Amino acid sequence: MSLATAPAPEQDGVELTARHHPRVALVKPSNRRRRLAYAGLTPFAAYVLIFLALPTILAVVTGFFSDDGSLTFDNITGLFTPTILATFGSSFWLSGVTAVIGAVVGALICYAMLGTKVGGLLRTIIESAASVLAQFGGVMLAFAFIATIGVQGLVTVILRDTFGVDIFADGVWLYQVPGLILPYVYFQVPLMVITFLPALTALRPQWAEASATLGGTRFAYWRHIAAPVLAPAFLGSLLLLFANAFSSFATAAALISQGSQIVPLQIRAALVSETVLGRENMAGALALGMIVVMVVVMWAYSVLQARTSRWQK
Amino acid sequence: MAAPLSPVESAPASAPAERRPKTANQAVRIGAEPSTLARRLILGIIGGIFLIPVIAMIEFTFRNGLAGDYTTSHWTGLFSEDSARTYRGLYQAIENSLVLAAVTVAIVLVLLLPTMVLVHMQFPRLKRTLEFICIIPITVPAIVLVVGLAPVYSVVVQVLGGSTWTLAFAYGITVLPYAYRAIQGNLDAIPVKTLSEAASTLGAGWLTVLWTILLPNLRRGVLAASFISIAVVLGEFTIASLLNRRNLQTALLQVSQSDPWVAVIFALAALALAFVLLLIIGRLGSATPSRRKS
Repeated sequence: MSLATAPAPEQDGVELTARHHPRVALVKPSNRRRRLAYAGLTPFAAYVLIFLALPTILAVVTGFFSDDGSLTFDNITGLFTPTILATFGSSFWLSGVTAVIGAVVGALICYAMLGTKVGGLLRTIIESAASVLAQFGGVMLAFAFIATIGVQGLVTVILRDTFGVDIFADGVWLYQVPGLILPYVYFQVPLMVITFLPALTALRPQWAEASATLGGTRFAYWRHIAAPVLAPAFLGSLLLLFANAFSSFATAAALISQGSQIVPLQIRAALVSETVLGRENMAGALALGMIVVMVVVMWAYSVLQARTSRWQK
Repeated sequence: MAAPLSPVESAPASAPAERRPKTANQAVRIGAEPSTLARRLILGIIGGIFLIPVIAMIEFTFRNGLAGDYTTSHWTGLFSEDSARTYRGLYQAIENSLVLAAVTVAIVLVLLLPTMVLVHMQFPRLKRTLEFICIIPITVPAIVLVVGLAPVYSVVVQVLGGSTWTLAFAYGITVLPYAYRAIQGNLDAIPVKTLSEAASTLGAGWLTVLWTILLPNLRRGVLAASFISIAVVLGEFTIASLLNRRNLQTALLQVSQSDPWVAVIFALAALALAFVLLLIIGRLGSATPSRRKS
């Protein structure tokens, strides 16, 4: 921002003001520079258009076309067949269960971290571990759980040989939807720690002190002060966890090779299927269904987040 | 050079409540904080449970097939002479993933960072729009994006060829939310306007301002954005798998079918690398007073 060498002569007035109030010049730069600055935004705008907007639109729009390129609602109505509805159902169930478990356990960890030093060793280690494990989706997580509770997994074998408990007495459930619960919880809990910790640490010690001074018990403080303040943040994080599980693909893809019990696996089946014609457009319809769910959940999340930030200022 | 101008270095975070142990004990007594015992119990039990899968992975790498005894051959095999040949596909995939990570970081630095600085300084009104764009990839997850990316990439392949690095354009989108948050946190923490005005008053051109004043002040955010991008790219499976490209994760899944031990060893190594990267981010972050004032 070179004010001293502002180019256009007709900008003299602005330049004069600028010497005394540089802010004026920054808010109202010359037209030429303004245009130049707009030009600076184009590379990123073009990139986002090609690799984010275009694929999103394509993903949604393909659902409305048939194989030969004519407009059709067959794929969309195909979403409401019992098979696909059941798939959405088990996706909701899986995401809901793991979100609730993750939120409760994660909140417990956040509570335990209250009063630890910001930037201290314990805090840094837990925060880094949470960031890693929240990212630890996918193939590696599937390996970890096959090694733990697979048919020959460490825990399976110890439980069977030492305690006589056979966790697979009713059949191997690890490669079914119930088998996804533990791996999903493994990345949901850390995500809860990351998203909920800022809200919990924003509780002011003065509130607890004021409550105690007025004769409030511990329970009264958590029930009447902390809980109402934290409720939007907790529910918001719960929704984020739900969205996270709902859109997760890699772990399920690595664990479940037979069948498509959840929506992301249905999309995989529709994309890679070479036997059934016109299935690629079904992927578009499924993608549309997922986006609708995600938009609703994330919208609710942002509403709750706005309420949360009120207490964090 | 930048140090005297950098407010980031000065003024350690004021956190009186955490400084004085007296207050902390009081907080425990009135129930605002857990006691040390409760803290240790909670963190110990949950931490212990979370360690089990990692321990199981380590134990698994020493197993001798289904024989029930242990061997170090899976580890030593990696360092044997013909390991480069045996695991050629895997090493190639690691190379692909590293190239992808580098190109993705370049996209963040060349496309996202300048745009964010420009918007911050020149178009404050566009700040909300930019933020909205950058968090869209959370709402449009990879599994949805890949449906539309397939046709886009059939064009990309015609224009740029089918090499693996082109996948980084898609990865640049997936890392947007993380990279944006890391850089924006840093941008909000430094007085960009004051710094650039001060520099301009002293006769610096915009390039000088950007290069010698703003970038040094933003290095923490930029480093954090780069590291988180690397961590995300090294763990990416969805897009590579459904677009039929080879990266670390797709190769791991393939290798696991013939040699699960080596697949688990590499998974452990990737996990350790990600932990180190994020530990560094944590240390970077803790040195700035940029976190929310409580």
